[in-house]
Amino acid sequence: MKIVVLMKQVPNKDAVLRVRGDGKWVEEGDLSFEVNESDGYALEEALRLKEKKGGGEVVVVTLGPQRAKSVIKDALARGADRAIHVVADDFGQAGPFAAAKVLAEAVRGESPDLVLAGLQSDDHGYGQTGVIVAELLGLPHATIVIEVDWSGEQLRVKRELESGWYQWYTMQTPALLTIQSGISQIRYATLKGIMAAKKKEIREVQPAVAAGEGEFQTVERVYLPLKQKQTQFLGDGDAKKGAAQLAEKLRNEARVI
Amino acid sequence: MSNGILVFIEHRQGAINKTSFEAVAAAQQLGAGTGQEVTAVVLGADPQHANEVTGFKLAGVVSAENPKLADYTPDAYADAFEQVVRARNPAFVIFPHTYLVRDFAPKLAARFGKGLISDCIRMKAEGGSVVFARRLFQGKMDADVTARGEVTAFATFQSGAYRGDQAERGGGASVESLPVEVGEVRMQPEAPFQEVKQAVDLSKTDVIVAVGRGIKSQENIALAQKLAELLGGDIAASRPICDAGWLPIDRQIGSSGQTVAPKLYIALGISGAIQHLVGMKNAGTIVAVNKDPEAPIFDIADYGIVGDLFEVVPTLTDEIQKLKG
Repeated sequence: MKIVVLMKQVPNKDAVLRVRGDGKWVEEGDLSFEVNESDGYALEEALRLKEKKGGGEVVVVTLGPQRAKSVIKDALARGADRAIHVVADDFGQAGPFAAAKVLAEAVRGESPDLVLAGLQSDDHGYGQTGVIVAELLGLPHATIVIEVDWSGEQLRVKRELESGWYQWYTMQTPALLTIQSGISQIRYATLKGIMAAKKKEIREVQPAVAAGEGEFQTVERVYLPLKQKQTQFLGDGDAKKGAAQLAEKLRNEARVI
Repeated sequence: MSNGILVFIEHRQGAINKTSFEAVAAAQQLGAGTGQEVTAVVLGADPQHANEVTGFKLAGVVSAENPKLADYTPDAYADAFEQVVRARNPAFVIFPHTYLVRDFAPKLAARFGKGLISDCIRMKAEGGSVVFARRLFQGKMDADVTARGEVTAFATFQSGAYRGDQAERGGGASVESLPVEVGEVRMQPEAPFQEVKQAVDLSKTDVIVAVGRGIKSQENIALAQKLAELLGGDIAASRPICDAGWLPIDRQIGSSGQTVAPKLYIALGISGAIQHLVGMKNAGTIVAVNKDPEAPIFDIADYGIVGDLFEVVPTLTDEIQKLKG
């Protein structure tokens, strides 16, 4: 049994973003990066499935520049067996189809039984890459999965629908699943895992297509969101003063107390 | 000459999803700005739901039919919709950005060598040029995006980006039944269900105090709970808090939880990811307390305090106590 996990590196959640000089993306030079949240859960699910099956291999596939190695090394330390790094500096702004095409070609030769990906990235937020990879590889897929039962021959997955509804699917394998954040508790890397990771294989490959090829959309401009409301900021840095002002305003201005 | 605009009408469990009407409004505006007609597309085993949208101002309604479309699956929907797109070769296909659309529309677009311009929040369509706006970085940035290359462009609109009641009504569009082929369906769906009968209905409460990652530990929720009780309201949370098990899932606000519109919504340590905002942005008065001045929650807040919630909340609770006498 082989499980491929698609993992992406994205700017830290708490990063303060500034628009780049040309206005078409954010300044990346001073950012720190981390693993995309739902991809971390996808890896955890892969490791748990391998443990339940009592064997197999978990292969991490990442598209990104050299700095994305930190995501790969962390995944290997947590228990992934090996990794494929599609090294590219110019896919940061790639649309989902272009990224999916490169990832699909990197996965194809592995012939996995299961491919897992996070449900969406925390940077572009397209929420499409996994589904397109499935289509390009000819695999059935299920999105927004919050439980996986692969105890028998058949794969059963629980999908999240909207407004608190759920649904089980029985699926053919090989298949691709996109995993929802919070599916389980993510394990920490152990010291032993970190040591073991140093001996694990990280294969570097080139992207199968050039960045920008067949791109279907152009980002013309990136900017701070237009405010939908005129927010009154209270306290001017003094939290307690702000709290006192807020109580007064809720009473006399908004009249909700 | 253009080939028109298709708009996808979603139905689930026997009813049309009302975000479909928002998509109709978006498609009509796109049609007005580009001089094109809008045709609705409904997939199903029969034309029942197609007949329900003929009252809108549309060039027509395509009812793509096959018995395999009775229950939603991505395989069947992608096969069916692909044939509609090939038959019409439209300039644009517009969808509501629902979980169902997220499940099959990328697969459909991929068959045309495209992705989706997904989760758009605005659009400017004038004199043939079309600019879509979408959120990046969990709401911290916006981007203007244009479609590139040959037709067809596929775009989805976030819930609330357009108003369904602003979709123009018309003189009665005719329904065209289009039998479609559906290949092998490789997944068998079971009946949708709700996990637990929701014990708490937050849609009826006037005051909600909601906590996010900034609350840091389960013990600290008591602080917010005390404030909620003082205001005669309920405690709620963003997704990470319920995922961690600190509050039960029926307290979760957002796209996968409850949608609420109380008179007062106090967001404590919630950054304001889109998935949370769609569940509460229609609240009457929104208060946000967050350490990060760039947090997207401030975009929709009436009152904001940039600071440590552990300093703000006890003082706020005391002050409200005083005001209440």
